[in-house]
This record gives sequence, C-alpha cells and structure tokens, in this order.
Amino acid sequence: MTLNYMTGAEAVIKALVDNGVEVIFGYPGGAVLPLYDALFENKKIKHILVRHEQAAVHAAEGYARSTGKVGCVLVTSGPGATNAITGLTDALMDSVPVICLSGQVPTHLIGTDAFQEADTTGISRPCTKHNYLVKNADKLCEIIHKSFEIASSGRPGPVLIDLPKDIQLTNVKYIKKLQKIKKHNHYHSNVDEVLINKVAKLLLQAERPIIYAGGGVVNSGPKASKLLTELVNLLDCPVTLTLMGLGCVPNTNKNFLGMLGMHGTYEANLAMHNCDVMLNVGARFDDRVTGRLNAFAPNSKKVHIDVDKSSINKVVSVDYGIVGDCKEILSVLVQEVKKLHNQKVLKLKTKWWSQINKWKEKDSLGFKQIGNNIKPQQAIKSLYEKTIDFDTYITTEVGQHQMWAAQYFGFSKPNRWMTSGGLGTMGYGLPSSVGVQIAHPKSLVIDISGEASFLMNMQELSTIVQYKLPIKIFILNNEWMGMVRQWQELNHGSRYSESYTSSLPDFVKLAESFGITGLRVDNIHNLEATIDEIININGPVIADIRVEKEENCFPMIPSGAAHNEMILNSDDNVKDTSNEGLALV
Amino acid sequence: MSVYQKNELEEDETSRTLSLIVDNQPGTLARVIGLFSGRGYNIESLNVTEIDEIRNLSRISLVTRGTSNTIEQIKSQLLRIVPVHIVRDLTLEGPFIKSELALVKLVVKGANRVEALRIAETFRARTLDVTLSSFVFELTGKPSKLDAFIDLMRSLGDTEVSRTGVSAISRGDKTETKLLDQI
Ligand SMILES: Cc1ncc(C[n+]2csc(CCOP(=O)(O)OP(=O)(O)O)c2C)c(N)n1
Ligand SMILES: [Mg+2]
Repeated sequence: MTLNYMTGAEAVIKALVDNGVEVIFGYPGGAVLPLYDALFENKKIKHILVRHEQAAVHAAEGYARSTGKVGCVLVTSGPGATNAITGLTDALMDSVPVICLSGQVPTHLIGTDAFQEADTTGISRPCTKHNYLVKNADKLCEIIHKSFEIASSGRPGPVLIDLPKDIQLTNVKYIKKLQKIKKHNHYHSNVDEVLINKVAKLLLQAERPIIYAGGGVVNSGPKASKLLTELVNLLDCPVTLTLMGLGCVPNTNKNFLGMLGMHGTYEANLAMHNCDVMLNVGARFDDRVTGRLNAFAPNSKKVHIDVDKSSINKVVSVDYGIVGDCKEILSVLVQEVKKLHNQKVLKLKTKWWSQINKWKEKDSLGFKQIGNNIKPQQAIKSLYEKTIDFDTYITTEVGQHQMWAAQYFGFSKPNRWMTSGGLGTMGYGLPSSVGVQIAHPKSLVIDISGEASFLMNMQELSTIVQYKLPIKIFILNNEWMGMVRQWQELNHGSRYSESYTSSLPDFVKLAESFGITGLRVDNIHNLEATIDEIININGPVIADIRVEKEENCFPMIPSGAAHNEMILNSDDNVKDTSNEGLALV
Repeated sequence: MSVYQKNELEEDETSRTLSLIVDNQPGTLARVIGLFSGRGYNIESLNVTEIDEIRNLSRISLVTRGTSNTIEQIKSQLLRIVPVHIVRDLTLEGPFIKSELALVKLVVKGANRVEALRIAETFRARTLDVTLSSFVFELTGKPSKLDAFIDLMRSLGDTEVSRTGVSAISRGDKTETKLLDQI
C-alpha cells in the first residue's frame, strides 16, 4: 500500500484537516465507529462530545458565527441524524456555514429499513444548502472539499454528507484539496460601477436617508462592518441594524438608532417609515422587520445589496438591486461616495436629524426600576455595564430575554452576538455558547437565557463540565414562557393557556449537582454584587436571576401593524389586533 | 409571498416555459421539485432526461404559472440549487419550440373505429398497436394539439393516455455549448 491509500474514514478526517478544521462537535454510534476510530489519537482535530446531536449543530453554529470559520459536526445514522435536523434548519435560516457528517448503514443495506437507517439525505434536503450521499468511495475526498466550498461561499449554509459505513471502511486514494476549487457559478459579485455610482448619488442627495443592515454584513467578514461604519460616517446618516446584524456598526456610533423591527426602537422604526432613501445591506426584509408590507417605508426609494439574488424583490420590491458580497460592493460604494463627497454633493440633513432626535426623546427603551423586584431590562443593562471592559461574547435562547438582550446589551464588534433569528430555536443558546467558548477559551462567554428555553438543552451542562468551559448562564427567570404569555395577554384576552413554566428545578442545586456554581438573586439591591460574582468566579456559573414575572417586552409593533403604529408600553392604546394580524406568527 | 399580503392588485399569472441544465445525479430532481412544493409554486409540466453523457448533464423542461415577480423568484431560487447550472426562461428570451409526445389507447368497436383512424390521420398520429377492439396512437406536437386529439378520442370510447410533458428548445443558432463548457 502506498502512502496515499487509507480507509475512507481516515480520508474523511484528513480532508477535514486539509480544510482547516480544528474542532468537531459530535456524538458516536454504530454507523460512525470507523470515523471515531480514525479520530482516536488524532492530534489535529479536537472532538467535543456533546450530549445531544441538536446541540452539536448549535455548538458548531456558535463556533462558526464567532470565528467566521466553518463549523463541523459528526453524528451517527438514524436518530443521530434526525436529532441534528433542528440545528441544520437553524443554520439554513441564519446562513451559518456548517458541515454535518452523518453515518449511514452500509450501501448494500440502504433501502431495507436496516437498523438505524433513515433517509437522511431525503429528510435533510429542504434544510440544507446542499447534501450528499457518498455511494462511491472514489468521490469521497472531492465531495468533502466541495462541501466546504459550498458551505462557506455565496450565502453560507449547512451541508450534510451522509457516509455509509462500508464507504468509511473502503480503501481509498487520498486526493488533496485543489488550490483553486471552481466556485459555484452563481456566486460572483456583480460589481456594476455605473449602478453603484447612481446609488452613491442617490444616497448623498437624499434628504431623509437611512441604512438598514443585517447578518449578511457579519457573514461577509469584519472588513464589511468597517466599510459600513465608514459609509455611515461619510454620509452622516442614521443606521439601524436587524437582530442578526447587531455589532456590525458599533452601538456607540452616534448615528446608530438601535435595532429595528417588531421590538426595535421607536426612532429606528419611525426613521424607516419616513425615509426617502433606504439602503438595505445584507438584510432580507424579514417579516419581523417590515411589519405590514403595504405600509412599509411608503415614500422611499429602496436599494438592496445582497449576495443572494433570490432575496432581492422577494418580499419588498426595490428600485435598485445589487447582487454581491457586502464587502466587495461596499468598498466600491464607499469609493464612489468619497469621490462625490469631494464635489460637495452631500445634502445637509439637519432637519432629518432634528426629527429623529424628537423621536428619540420618546425614550422607547425607558423603563422604571422601582421597588425591590428586578426588572429584566435592568438585569441586562447591569450585565452590559459590568462586562463592558471584557472580551465578551453573548449567546441567547428565544423569547423575551432574547429581545431584552438585543435591546439593552451593546455590541461594539461583529461576531460577538449569537442568537437564533430566522428559526427562533429555544435551546439554541446553551450549546451555541459551548461552541463559542471552545473557539475563544479566554473570553467571557454568557448565555442569556429564559428558564423555559434553558430546559430545552440543559443536558449540555455535562459537556460544559467535561471540558471545563467557564460559561456563564444568565437565566432571566420569570417562571413563564414570557413571550408566549405576552402574546396571550395582547391577543388572546389574557387566557394563559399552558404558558406557565411550573415544576422548575432549583437552579442552584442543579448547578451544584454538576459540580458548578449556582447563584440566585431576587432583590435589585443584590443584582450588581451577583453579577460581579458571576464574572469573578473562575468557572461555569448558573445564575438564577428572578425577575419581575409579568413584565412585557416593549416597544412593539403588534402583529399586522406598520412601523408607525408601534406601541411603547402597556398603557398605550392597543388597537385590537386585526384578524389578519391574529393569523401571523 | 410574505404573510403580510400586499394590497396592490396582483398582476395576471401567465404560463412560462423554463429550461434547466442540471447535474444528472440523485437528489437534483428532488431538490427542484421540493422547491416548487415547499414554496408553493405551480408545476404544469415537467420533463427530465440525460442529454450529455460525458458531462453527466440533464435537461429539465418545466412549465410553470405565475406573475412575473413569482417567475423571477422561481428562477433565482432555482439557481441557488447547487447542481442547477443554467436556468433559461424560454418564454421571455424569444422564439422557442415546445413539443410533447402522447401515447393514446382507445378501446373501440364498430363504426367508431373508422372514425378514429380518420381523425388519427388528420392529426398525423401514428398507429402503434391494433387489435379488434383497440388502438394505440402516438402523437407529437404542441400540447394544445395533443389536448384536442385526446378530447376527440375520448368521445369515441374508453381512452387511456400517457404523455411525456413538454420538451422545449430555443429557435435559431443560439446554443448553450459555451456555457456548458464552463460547468
Ligand atoms: C423549540 C421552540 N418551541 C417553541 C417556541 C415558541 N416560543 C417562543 S418564545 C417561547 C417562550 C420562551 O420562554 P423562556 O425561555 O422562559 O423565555 P422568556 O420569554 O420568558 O424570556 C416559546 C415557547 C420556540 N421559539 N422554540
Ligand atoms: Mg421565561
């Protein structure tokens, strides 16, 4: 046997190394034993044993989103693969580059309902960007190399490779990664300078421009965020970010209006509603962002930059669509704006800013911390203030706490904020924080959690202990599926059907049972001291932050309403939700 | 379309013929069809066969209905599928030929047999099988011609139909060979 021959399993691992993989999140089983055997004593790839395959994918997502690299997952056939499906769907919705290797029964048993057989490529087809069933060992290496290219190029996404056990055991000749793999032909940026020049002019001459940016900017890499900030400063125009885009313009930038959309700030949504020119960079006019479409930014010219052509004109028709990678398009756009700047074409926007400042005076994120009960908003605010000088990464679960985290925690850099936006997956945050902490062992990693979401993947506490990950789990415990309770209050006459989280564990004792620190606080006067303790403890912490139980998350665009129909607090006159609105998620 | 319905008057839906060049590999067709069912688009006709053994490529001819916005969406969504290389909108791009093949079995006795043969001749259908109580005709042409023929046959007796779906290609000397070389 020459040096280049090895088992399929060894070739897979070698191909991963060739593609720069350092960490893989996984869980073993019969159909992947050869792969696990190849990993045994492998020095180049660190395997992180999770406690559920869904968590493996979320961990890989956290790893990917906090590093910009491809996250890697290894699961067994049948139940291993089906458990991974939620994670893959999450990665698809939020455009996260993930490679998932799944074991499969040997090729001659496929189709016989063999033990732990599932039609994994069939099940995962709609929730992956692409997937493969490797039936021919000669194609193995090429498929793996190609998968990395597919996962990370264009609009990133998950790729699944189904590996029958006999293929893992076959001898194959290892084929190296080609220096230059041919890109899928749809991923070329369309740097149309004439069009970009037109857009630059439009932006400079606008009276009421706004930039609205999203996760595409983060995905495009840190340079895109720098360019975007530069553009904002050059134009001196307001900028708002989607949930997925937080951090791509520093929260401290004076032109930043905060997040927009359903729980966005009043000034961001009103500026969107009243703008005359809107530049959308790497966002997709999601329904959480636009509100009622027929009243969305009614008098504006719209420009949309997106790497995915199908995002352009999908839900909102725009005047100019530019297909391309954000950093490539932005760098040309910034140049064009600079050129025109020298010719002093920039319109002054004094009136626009004074209008925006009036909206700001509403103080839509204001809240009153009175009495001894901890307001959840205050808990996040204090957490932010106490950690501002740390190298902090935040993950979240899904619910009110997620929205409060988005509203009250500030992000000065991209890749610091990991949240499930598109799919809204409860149970995302804890495993995601595992991936983040593995990638950034020295950093402060906090999972901002709700008590109900925490229960969805809390088995990962065991992973956290095994790998000594000093993750801080900050549970805003309101004893409710708060977001569900809020919708039932607003839309269903306060009939709180099945949204109370009863029979909760004692989180402090739960922590102790895993040998980690548990803390509890229920009085505002002890909040700051508790946060100090959380930060200073050298190891993982579960913090049970008992917050005001029936606090609602405001401001809010009720479902079916438009940006200018936001409600600011519970006292606001809430119009009865329209029948159309009731049907919306 | 989003859950938030637009109020504007929706433009009329029209029929469009798309021609796709795709990798001939398992899963490609499932992805194409899954896209239509998952996103609620229509498929009126679909036809797929390998057309290039060396490059391992198939052509999918597909007839769909929708507003021009929907069709644009369909085309961009199709192009996101990794093994889909070329999507051509034949209806939009200029003159093209659309042809289909039908096999029509007619169970018929007595005087109607003569009538059936006469109609078949008028339509230039080929008679592929004859028994004392049945015929099988083969007919190619535009779908509308096939429809007319089948309607007539139905009025003569019990009819069974098998159709290939539309196959389409552009007129003139424009080819995709160059594009194919880049795949
Ligand atoms: C897997 C999953 N199931 C159900 C939901 C619907 N859902 C959205 S928020 C929410 C409640 C979350 O409760 P909790 O984690 O306590 O957060 P809170 O809203 O109280 O801050 C539910 C059930 C979801 N997003 N994900
Ligand atoms: Mg809760």
